[in-house]
Amino acid sequence: MQIFSGVGVSPGRIIGSVRQMPKPVSEPAKGERLAESTTPDEAAVLLRTASRAVHAELKGRSEAAQGAGKAVLESTALMATDPLLIKGAVKLINARTSAERAIWESGASVAEMLHNLGGYMAERAADVLDVRARIVAELRGVPAPGIPHSDTPFILVGEDLAPADTATLDPSKVMALVTSGGGPQSHTAIIARALGLPAVVAAVGVDELDDGTEVYVDGAAGTVTVGPGPAEVAAAEAWVALAATLAVFDGNGGTADGHLVPLLANVGGAADAIAAAEAGAQGVGLLRTEFCFLGRDTEPSIDEQVAAYRGVFDAFPGKKVVVRTLDAGADKPLPFLTDATEPNPALGVRGYRTDTASPGVLERQLAAIATAADGSAADVWVMAPMIATAEEAGRFAAQCAAAGLNTPGVMVEVPSAALMAETILREVDFVSLGTNDLTQYAMAADRQLGPLAALNNPWQPAVLQLIRLTVVGARAEGHHTGEVKPVGVCGEAAADPALAVVLVGLGVSTLSMTARSLSAVDAVLSRVTLDQAKELAGLALAAASATEARAAVRAHLPMLDGLGL
Amino acid sequence: MHERKAVIASRIGLHARPAGIFAEAVGSLTIEVTIALEEESAEDAMDASSILSLMSLGAANGDIVVLRAEGAGAEEALEALVALLETDLDAE
Repeated sequence: MQIFSGVGVSPGRIIGSVRQMPKPVSEPAKGERLAESTTPDEAAVLLRTASRAVHAELKGRSEAAQGAGKAVLESTALMATDPLLIKGAVKLINARTSAERAIWESGASVAEMLHNLGGYMAERAADVLDVRARIVAELRGVPAPGIPHSDTPFILVGEDLAPADTATLDPSKVMALVTSGGGPQSHTAIIARALGLPAVVAAVGVDELDDGTEVYVDGAAGTVTVGPGPAEVAAAEAWVALAATLAVFDGNGGTADGHLVPLLANVGGAADAIAAAEAGAQGVGLLRTEFCFLGRDTEPSIDEQVAAYRGVFDAFPGKKVVVRTLDAGADKPLPFLTDATEPNPALGVRGYRTDTASPGVLERQLAAIATAADGSAADVWVMAPMIATAEEAGRFAAQCAAAGLNTPGVMVEVPSAALMAETILREVDFVSLGTNDLTQYAMAADRQLGPLAALNNPWQPAVLQLIRLTVVGARAEGHHTGEVKPVGVCGEAAADPALAVVLVGLGVSTLSMTARSLSAVDAVLSRVTLDQAKELAGLALAAASATEARAAVRAHLPMLDGLGL
Repeated sequence: MHERKAVIASRIGLHARPAGIFAEAVGSLTIEVTIALEEESAEDAMDASSILSLMSLGAANGDIVVLRAEGAGAEEALEALVALLETDLDAE
């Protein structure tokens, strides 16, 4: 029996057949010529036929789609047969360039033209490149890039998923995600947790599995087993029963000995918030306001923002809702706010820093939040992302006060903020640890890079030390005033039940996660005492590596295996 | 050569969905139609059946564009296309 080992990022045990995500379309060689036996006219006919096939495929999909996705597919379908794109390619074919190379170059020059126009047009450049890749795949007779279409459910296997794949991933068709690349905080991991799909990432070699191969995926152990036997079948059946019992969270997070740890949800809009409230979330620990802004070429109006935020607040009357102000930049570019040409966007003008480069957007957002909060029954807190200094925290607090927002806080994602927590908390009322970025910056390891998955792991003892120091800073600040200000976690780390126990042991006061993980985290947390959690935190801090930390903690939490987590 | 002017009525200008609707309408005709901003010369006019060309034109709400076509039925075709541009295509 062949077993592939990777990193389990979303629990679940399931058996299904493999569908490989087609490899990205490779660039046709520069200078590739038409075959001697082919005339330019024949090649042009083949190209037009291929472009019409891509048009028909995308058009068909747009008819099944809805909302914004439908509009994007409709215009992308038109691009496939666009005269500008095709005429440019035919001109090259007439000079005896191969059809594949011709459409590749024509697509590149059209994309460059759109890119140079900036703003909304620049974003459409990616659509042109997608269409170009589809036409080349059609000409070559290979599967189109992107998530495959299938009438029956399957286990999706690929290198890594991109944020754009989320839009086309149908959870009723995809049973589990397995990738050869990516890390615990890659997009694949985030998508899997949000959809509640079992997932294993960084499983080297899985790209070689043939379509239709039957495999058993264990999203907690991080294994993919080819040709599952009776033991795996039994485990998968047991998981179905377990998942049903795990699916309940009563809305009271805490340890076995009654130490309260509110379990909150990370949400990105009103629909999310309603689902989170139904899942028992005790509030919102992270409202990602980007949902209002992404995919737009201009800033949404204050009225539009007020309506969007109010939708979230209304789902949590009498409960806390922490709003994170716009976190644009790096993997979330916005044409009217961020500079796409920065050489190192993760270290660039992103998050709160965009307020200095493009003042006004934040001020208007704070005004919208204040208006939405006014007259809502939710307890609205506001925090700024990517804060590096106490000075920035103080400036943000003043901006909140000017807008009439009374509970300002900041995210701790930059290691400097963790080290300076005491000073920072003199300026604001709370901090929230964003463990995804904190890990990326502490370990100097890009979140999206598969080869760095081992570094990019929130179990890294260095990351846990930064979390501990943040709590120590908060306690030192509280010592002077007699009241310790809250330190929450709203990164992916909080969704891992074993790590959640460690975070509570380190002194974190609230945990915020994707609503799907609430019940699993509660199931484990409610079975340990605060003293046990502290002891486990000590073990993790003392470990020499992330793997050792995780293994040491899990060895003391035998219930994890029983729960399939 | 027939020539007609039209004021862009779509709130978001002539891109995204409005550009798609217009390009499809032009593409269904048997004659060639060009489009240019009012201040541009006829030589700079672009193929109006190309969504990519329409998007690069960057015509905003309220801008005036010039449509040109020749051949049988050109006059009637332009009449219909002007009406289309002068509708808020994003609102439908």
